[in-house]
Amino acid sequence: MTIPKVYKTTGIVLRQRRLGEADKILSLFTPNLGKLDAVAKGVRRPRSKLGGHVEPLTYTSFMLARGRELDIVTQAQTIEVFPTLREDLERTGRALYAAELVDRFTPERQESYQVFRLFLETLRRLATEERLDITLRFFEMRLLGYSGYQPQTEECVICGATLKPVTNGWSAESGGVLCPACASNAPMSRPLSVNALKMMRLFQKGDFVAVARVRTEPSLEAELERHLREYILYVLEREVRSTRFLETLRRVGPPAPAKLRDSTTGGSAL
Amino acid sequence: MAQSAPSAALPVSRLIEAFNKLPGIGPKSAQRLTFYLLRAPQEEAQTLAQAILEMKEKIILCSVCQNITDSDPCAICDDGQRDHTKICIVEEPLDILALERTGSYKGLYHVLHGVISPMDGIGPDELKVRELLARLKSPGEVQEVIMATNPNLEGEATAMYLTRLITPLGIRVTRLARGLPVGADLEYADDVTLTRALEGRQEV
Repeated sequence: MTIPKVYKTTGIVLRQRRLGEADKILSLFTPNLGKLDAVAKGVRRPRSKLGGHVEPLTYTSFMLARGRELDIVTQAQTIEVFPTLREDLERTGRALYAAELVDRFTPERQESYQVFRLFLETLRRLATEERLDITLRFFEMRLLGYSGYQPQTEECVICGATLKPVTNGWSAESGGVLCPACASNAPMSRPLSVNALKMMRLFQKGDFVAVARVRTEPSLEAELERHLREYILYVLEREVRSTRFLETLRRVGPPAPAKLRDSTTGGSAL
Repeated sequence: MAQSAPSAALPVSRLIEAFNKLPGIGPKSAQRLTFYLLRAPQEEAQTLAQAILEMKEKIILCSVCQNITDSDPCAICDDGQRDHTKICIVEEPLDILALERTGSYKGLYHVLHGVISPMDGIGPDELKVRELLARLKSPGEVQEVIMATNPNLEGEATAMYLTRLITPLGIRVTRLARGLPVGADLEYADDVTLTRALEGRQEV
């Protein structure tokens, strides 16, 4: 091992698990070391020095000591906290979904700098952007690409024919878009609208600024969500758990107008 | 890893294994507890065994507040002296113990038995949320719901979610204040806590 006994790294906390009486195991996503687990001792006590610095979805600077099995957090200082991700349930839910995808797609202790940049940028966007779902779709498509599962969107996956601006087919099983002829022979293929195909290509090739400039109808957003979710499910071979919460939020609907009150009473209730 | 002393007689190693399953008890502590009981008088072992069984047989969840209890409704819900217009929502029964220790809250409780944790697949349906809503919707005198979930991401998410459901019912929803714990050091406080502490500052 070339890593010294005590080392510094920055990282985004993906998730926490309870350990023993007052400790937690953090799952960190770092720019240079990839994903790694570390123990934060005593963080469940109110007077913990680490406490708020190691909450999920914070970007933090860490000092870690190599332990026998797991490394131990000796110091932590937040770099970015994304307060809106904590105060707006729509944002919280989506950020946790993104964190779960990162957790599922990345191997332990293997540098994935591109995914790190993407995730950090996505958290910043989820904290500020209004169009949260398009932000997530962009993230999903890029994550698939960086992880080696880029869906093919230029030629038909089966016959290689250049795709025409008509309703094509989408098949997670085949790994991308099918031309209408091949789609009719593929039982698992779903219709893919012209606009959805254009958006997918933009997700893959454009930057986020270009994506954010495009206006999208709710029906198109729903189509993109369906296709990408199916694709991710196929790649991971397991349900992404946080989607259930996003669906619950959709069912409950947006917060009542009185919502503003509860963020202000935080102070005045004292 | 659950290999106990192989030379020990079967009943002994069985008890060691049983202790070993308890949280925070490693193989060595399990052996120590077992050998303590082995030498202890018969009654002591009997009392312990009885206590465990009775706890398992008699403890139920209060049909009103979902707290653990041996009578239904529980002693708190049944107490006419307490303020029945306030309900304090907590994650776990242990949180009630902590709040009761302060002696500064005289209202009722509701135990969720967990917290919304999307990444673990735990949503409102896995918690005692339905029971809470039924309680709030039934014609009663509840005027205020106090969110006392933990001040971490999942606790906050749970509080926000419940607030969404409860505000339309016309009930006042409040949240425990967040700020600096007694005996803490400013220099180690994180940004969120410090911001909240500043927001919640008070006239002295």
